[in-house]
Amino acid sequence: MTPLSYLTGYGTKAYPVTALTWGLLIISIVVVVIVTGLVVVGVITRRVRPETPLGEVPVDRRGSGLGLLGVGVGISTFVLMISAVWTMAVIAKINAPPPGQKPLVIEITGGQWWWKARYLNDDASKVLTTADEFHIPVSRPVRIELIGADVIHSFWVPALAGKTDTIPGQTNETWLQADKPGRYRGQCTQYCGEQHAHMAFYVIAEPPAQFEQWLKDQLQPAVAPTSPLIAQDEHVFVEHCGACHTVRGSTAGGSVAPDLTHLMSRQTLAAGMLENTPGALAGWIAEPSAVKPGTKMPDLYLSGPQLSAVTTYLETLK
Amino acid sequence: MTFERVPATGTASPGYLERLTKIWETEPGILGWFSSVDHKEIGIRYIFTAFIFLALGGVEALIMRVQLARPDQHLLTPEQYDQLFSTHGMTMIFLYAMPILSGFSNYLWPLLLGARDMAFPRVNALSYWLFVAAGIFMYTGFAMGAGPNDGWFNYVPYANKEYNPGLNMDFYALGMIFLGISTTVGSVNFVVTFLRLRAPGMSINRVPIMIWGTFTASVANILVVPSVSLAFFLLWMDRNFGTHFFDVSAGGQPLLWQHLFWIFAHPWVYAIVLPAMGMVSDALPVFCRRPLVGYTAVVLSTLATMTLGFGVWVHHMFTTGLPTLALSFFSGVSIIIAIPSAVAVFAWTLTIWLGRPVITTAFLYFASMIVLFVIGGVSGFMTGSVPVDWQLHDTYFVVAHIHYVLIGINLFPVIGGLYFWFPKFSGKMMNETLGKWSFWTSFIGFNVAFLPMHLTGLLGMPRRVYTYPAHMGWDTLNMVTSIGAFVFAIGIVLTFINVLVSLRSGRIAGPNPWDAPTLEWSMSSPPPPYNFAVLPTVASRHPLWEQRLGDSHGTSTLDEGFTLDDKRETIGTTALDSEPDVILKMPFDSPAPFILTVGTSLIFAGMLIPSRLWAVTAVGCLVVIAAILIWLWPERELGQRVESSQ
Repeated sequence: MTPLSYLTGYGTKAYPVTALTWGLLIISIVVVVIVTGLVVVGVITRRVRPETPLGEVPVDRRGSGLGLLGVGVGISTFVLMISAVWTMAVIAKINAPPPGQKPLVIEITGGQWWWKARYLNDDASKVLTTADEFHIPVSRPVRIELIGADVIHSFWVPALAGKTDTIPGQTNETWLQADKPGRYRGQCTQYCGEQHAHMAFYVIAEPPAQFEQWLKDQLQPAVAPTSPLIAQDEHVFVEHCGACHTVRGSTAGGSVAPDLTHLMSRQTLAAGMLENTPGALAGWIAEPSAVKPGTKMPDLYLSGPQLSAVTTYLETLK
Repeated sequence: MTFERVPATGTASPGYLERLTKIWETEPGILGWFSSVDHKEIGIRYIFTAFIFLALGGVEALIMRVQLARPDQHLLTPEQYDQLFSTHGMTMIFLYAMPILSGFSNYLWPLLLGARDMAFPRVNALSYWLFVAAGIFMYTGFAMGAGPNDGWFNYVPYANKEYNPGLNMDFYALGMIFLGISTTVGSVNFVVTFLRLRAPGMSINRVPIMIWGTFTASVANILVVPSVSLAFFLLWMDRNFGTHFFDVSAGGQPLLWQHLFWIFAHPWVYAIVLPAMGMVSDALPVFCRRPLVGYTAVVLSTLATMTLGFGVWVHHMFTTGLPTLALSFFSGVSIIIAIPSAVAVFAWTLTIWLGRPVITTAFLYFASMIVLFVIGGVSGFMTGSVPVDWQLHDTYFVVAHIHYVLIGINLFPVIGGLYFWFPKFSGKMMNETLGKWSFWTSFIGFNVAFLPMHLTGLLGMPRRVYTYPAHMGWDTLNMVTSIGAFVFAIGIVLTFINVLVSLRSGRIAGPNPWDAPTLEWSMSSPPPPYNFAVLPTVASRHPLWEQRLGDSHGTSTLDEGFTLDDKRETIGTTALDSEPDVILKMPFDSPAPFILTVGTSLIFAGMLIPSRLWAVTAVGCLVVIAAILIWLWPERELGQRVESSQ
């Protein structure tokens, strides 16, 4: 399957929707084939010799056709009614997570052009903030609270659940559940400006134990610099990047851009656009506007040594 | 003081025709050109202008298709792409799709109805001039690099000043209000013309379906255009005067925009297809050599579609977090609305089966439209289902859907209509060989471009992206779509070439080349300035076929009837039964509609930067007042007089 296809579902919420999608798709294709056949066969069998002047073909009523019209419309109505009922049944089924398990709750904020996640917990010390890659446990419902930071975006993980918009001024809720471990791509689908095209994210579903371990690791602050050289690099990073980014454990505490505390645990950079490799990282930091024109991350015109200091430091953030 | 006068009846004599021509002819020269209120002249101008916008929108589309042909291309910057797709939508939906139908309707209505002009000829001229001016206004922004960049739907907060500080949104917002005036006055004219200018005897069950389509669409426009004009006005206030209708930080509501916009925009989609469906309902049967199957059912389905069309707007908002109960209601209506469409589809198909189709270019466009309509219909039915729409929404599946709807149900009937009515417009036949080439190129190109696009959408490609990464399963599909788009464009260009070739050297058409049944074919091609020398009386739905069909309601009389030649006059009839009621004095040509448009343009230009350009708006107001005075200045000749010149 391709990354954003929704012709196959991978979770409790997706299954009934996938079935309905296929059902309506097949009905649609059958209808198109039947009507196309009727038109083509009708034209071929009933046509007069080509190039005949119209005036030479007699005009005639030849039957009212109302009975057949009624049959066609009647069958259509029947099929439409079934589709409507099926639709309502699916809405009722996926309206809320199945009872039984306590859902994991993630608050996700869509902003130009990245995704911020907060794993909520009654214990404030266990609230995790991260960005663009969200780990979840398999076979457990995840409730998602959606917040709009600036303009409207839409949260969509096609293999797991349909779209819900993130709208400033209101909190929308949705839920999803992955029943198979995997890395599921998500994407903003509400047009939101210049980098709408590159506002992707990943949902990584893991066995519960693995997920708990990930959560525990992520809650740790960044490792303190292990050498004076790294400490210097950290200083360069905090000076240039700290106003926007947070690295827990350092003095970088900005909140308008992704939390980078465990950046190296992520597989991608720049909202799912780049593989997380040293080269891509350096290129992105060197000139963000060349990679993503319009991005809110400014070109800082770092010198060569500064750039290398920042990337070296970031690469320690396992 | 009463002015009772019983109009004379009779037949047309040469002297009488000469007199009529003198009364109804547009003055030659530049002043005459700007002053003409002849519905035929206005109709042709509408059609010509709308096709210009179609060409512009088409070029924009092709540029985008080059960018999207392969992944990760950088032909366009994101901002350029965003302005292109927004301008493409604005152009096709607002400056092509509705105006082209207004053009056909303006030209054809009085001819189909047996009248000498529309009810308000000067308003008719005004609606055209306003449309052109609004189009130029919106394109001025685009030419200045300040075209709309938030899609035709223009969602806030991205359209708010905070995120969109340039003039882009001001041009678009004001342009839409501007265009809304044109649409509104045009719609009022259609509604009154429908109610009062039908030929004596043309009761409402004898009206051609194209008239029903435009009438229904016009009623809808009058009801819903205020919603979008208000929305854009509120946005303009937010942007320029610091109001907070859509400003979240001060308690404003982004969803308010979406409701106001879609309450307008969904009915609008029906408004830009119903008249075109009417064209098919009227013209397809001509080539099938029989009346349409199920006239009454098709008329009622037209009205039902529009009525239900007011109750489906939320299906554009299924993902906005509205309560499930509300979604279920709108989902139900969005599925049910397919029933009246099924009526039309089966009526057309049965008309083919129970007729003897003669395959001409026009017939091919109309018959293929049935198939394209069904494809656009079933994909719409899928998006009407809430859980499915949560997946389909804002993917290329919906792009495919909207293009099957707008090209399949608007453009194909329009080009079919062009082949069908061109002989009436010009007196010349269009070339059939070139026509068949244009049809097959368009049909194949269109389907190659847009049929695979459904799959692109099912594979998850989001809309409105300026580029996309490789290895998402979309590469080949996008390349195929881009190739199809260019083939389709060639097909459209072939039609335009055919128009030019046929104007120069087409075969002479004669009054009724298709042996068609309705009133427009009862006169010379092109029609004389006064349309009908004597006003016809109609006794059936098919005045020119009724002998052959054996209709038993009496006989229509076309060459004997009311002879009205005391200045410009036509006959007004009662709303339902169409009994002669009143002699209507029709206005002369006047430059007032054009001057009024110039004044209105100044008003809107000044509103672009109200703090600096308010003086321009003030001057515009003065020009508008002057134009209205010229327009409404009492004229003795427009009064009803007892002593006629006869």
